[in-house]
Amino acid sequence: MNVGEAAGILLDAEGAARDRAPLTDEWTGLDLSTAYEIQDETLRRRLARGERLVGVKLGLTSVAKQRTMKIDRPLVAWLTDTMALAPGVPIGPGLIHPRAEPEIVFILRKRLEGPGVTAAEALEAVGAVYAGVEVIDSRFADFRFTLPDVVADNASAARFVLGPIRVATDKLDLSLEACLLHVDGEAVDSATGAAVQGHPAQALAFAANTLAERGRALEAGWTVLTGGMTDAVPIPPGTALAAEFSHLGTVVLRADSPQEH
Amino acid sequence: MTPDEQQAVASALADAYETRSPIDPPSATAAMTVEDAYAIQTLQLARWIAQGASVRGHKVGLTARAMQRMLGVDQPDYGRLLDTMLFASGERIAADRFLQPRVEPEIAFVLGRDLEGPGVTTVDVVRSTEFVVASLEVIDSRIRDWKITLEDTVADNASSAAVVLASRPILPSAVDLRLAGCNLYRNGALVATGAGGAVLGDPVRAVAWLANVLATTGGGLHAGDVVLPGSCTMAAPLGSGDSIHAEFAGIGPVHVSFAK
Repeated sequence: MNVGEAAGILLDAEGAARDRAPLTDEWTGLDLSTAYEIQDETLRRRLARGERLVGVKLGLTSVAKQRTMKIDRPLVAWLTDTMALAPGVPIGPGLIHPRAEPEIVFILRKRLEGPGVTAAEALEAVGAVYAGVEVIDSRFADFRFTLPDVVADNASAARFVLGPIRVATDKLDLSLEACLLHVDGEAVDSATGAAVQGHPAQALAFAANTLAERGRALEAGWTVLTGGMTDAVPIPPGTALAAEFSHLGTVVLRADSPQEH
Repeated sequence: MTPDEQQAVASALADAYETRSPIDPPSATAAMTVEDAYAIQTLQLARWIAQGASVRGHKVGLTARAMQRMLGVDQPDYGRLLDTMLFASGERIAADRFLQPRVEPEIAFVLGRDLEGPGVTTVDVVRSTEFVVASLEVIDSRIRDWKITLEDTVADNASSAAVVLASRPILPSAVDLRLAGCNLYRNGALVATGAGGAVLGDPVRAVAWLANVLATTGGGLHAGDVVLPGSCTMAAPLGSGDSIHAEFAGIGPVHVSFAK
């Protein structure tokens, strides 16, 4: 298997909504830098078929997940326009085994280029904050993967939806911004922005600095999903999810039953 | 259980406090109902009151769905808070008071008037709440390795141990208790985050539940009572020498340290 074949396999699995074994089952020597090449190749193919690059997402932002994967900072992966869901639109079919997680989302007003970006500098580049829910959908069976697998798989990125209010960062303490997550009407989890690298601006700085190592920057206008505040919850068809934020409003998301289509 | 059997469990739990050595789960050797368990809790309470302690409020436990699932129950439980358990924010507590302590950040309610069920609604709770304060609850189990059933923890005064209260009163109308964020730090490191609504979706519901459950045995809540509605986060482990800090959005901080 080579980079091009791996990229094709992952995009095919996504297109067919069919999971598969981790790449590393066959490609035992797949290292992290090659995994990022696969991720970049999937982006190149998405752009070639007409998708537009709209930003990045951070993955594995919780310390617990990082320990499991034996890394000390999050992953960065690509977002395109086809992953953005309009508010109120059900997730619909076409996903394998989606899970949802609430996130704090930044829209950048300035380019942010690492290395050496601090959290305060990162926040200076933020034009607006939104509540968000990210839908992740690993192309690997049972979400079982190694670090190179999930990097190659664009950090399981699938869909995202933003909340109803555009909020300025001024005077908003994002480390204490809370989210109460409801599934089918029941409060199942809660967390604050501090769960994301101590502060979502720290996650944003990490994204800029990590991308610098790949020769890229965060561009003005980009959407940055800063990472799951709570654990991701499965959202099988028929699930109604609501993520209520202290100051950023509520994001409601519905996973349609197949018979509704 | 016969009254003698209930008394035997109450005595075993009292010994566990005194010797600081946990006991095996009482439910493992005796057929104990929830009613038996509350009777055992009340027997211990009588002993503490005879020793000079006084009741200053209640705690509600098992308010997170995840915890309820773990114990296979669908409702919370409660225990009694005594004057001997209350501390002010900033105090240093002797860690050897406890057996296997954990800490939970909570939004403590202080009542301005009596609240007696049945039929207490969340509106009644809000009307009766004089103010809320930031708090830390130290939970502890007199039962080995926290291997508890619902009945065990109820008999063991809902695993309560100590309450640390901040002094800044916040009106319940001044803050959204459901969506108030909470960060818990142990020795300066973030260990858990959550929101007030982690408690049954709304901590006010926990207080209403408590008032209505107490009414079934002729009890109620009183003006000046402290009510801990349940934790905003998962419980964090606690050791001697630890310093704990919680910050609540719009409510403020609370601190405590544990002497080595």
